[in-house]
Amino acid sequence: MPDTLKFHFDIDGSDFSSAGAASVMVKKKLRQLAYDPEIIRKVSIAMYEGEINMVIHANGGTADVEVSDEEIVIILSDKGPGIPNVELAMQAGYSTAHDNIRNLGFGAGMGFPNMKKYTDYLNVDTVVGEGTTITMKVKL
Amino acid sequence: MTVNEICERIEASVICGDASKNFDGVYVGDLLSRAMSHVEGGNIWVTIMSNVNVVAVATLTEPAAVVLAEEVDLQEDALKSAMENGITLLSSPLSAYEICVRLHNAVSEGE
Repeated sequence: MPDTLKFHFDIDGSDFSSAGAASVMVKKKLRQLAYDPEIIRKVSIAMYEGEINMVIHANGGTADVEVSDEEIVIILSDKGPGIPNVELAMQAGYSTAHDNIRNLGFGAGMGFPNMKKYTDYLNVDTVVGEGTTITMKVKL
Repeated sequence: MTVNEICERIEASVICGDASKNFDGVYVGDLLSRAMSHVEGGNIWVTIMSNVNVVAVATLTEPAAVVLAEEVDLQEDALKSAMENGITLLSSPLSAYEICVRLHNAVSEGE
């Protein structure tokens, strides 16, 4: 049985200029491994949104990506403020990003909607005041 | 139609990257999450955002070129990242609307 490929990234929450860097690295790795471009696109979009959310709202965190024969699993964990109302956060256009963040082009309120749309599985495990772990899966 | 072929039409100069690539569609918008899910590989993406995060989205979505409208100033770290990631950046003095009109006309005439 082939080994599962694993990638780990520490997401810097203090630097917006590097936001998305982990997603770019995963994309390049999947490209090198010759995965279907549509799979790469789905993983890229979903992971980028999660990564950006961690930078905007949670002062960073960690990203772990596991690639097996059946699926690509993305696990994003942070020790941020948690999400008080996940249902609301899932709504397209809903955002709590501040104006300084919006001025950079973020805060469209499409983070969770995109994560849901481009993955086959999305789970949000969040505790207010403790943090959030997001698990996403894209089937191969 | 190549990116080079439309540069004159939209009064654009090439800031960096390969402008000999073909393009096959246009997306215009400044919100990164919207662009992330709507810019298709090979598109031209027209925007007035010019920070390094635009380059990150372009690296993930692989447009044929990003056109910076209204000659917005490109930040130094964005240029560096674009060059490192092989992103084609153009700058035009025209508005995003005018760029889109001219791109539409150019594509229509080319058909």
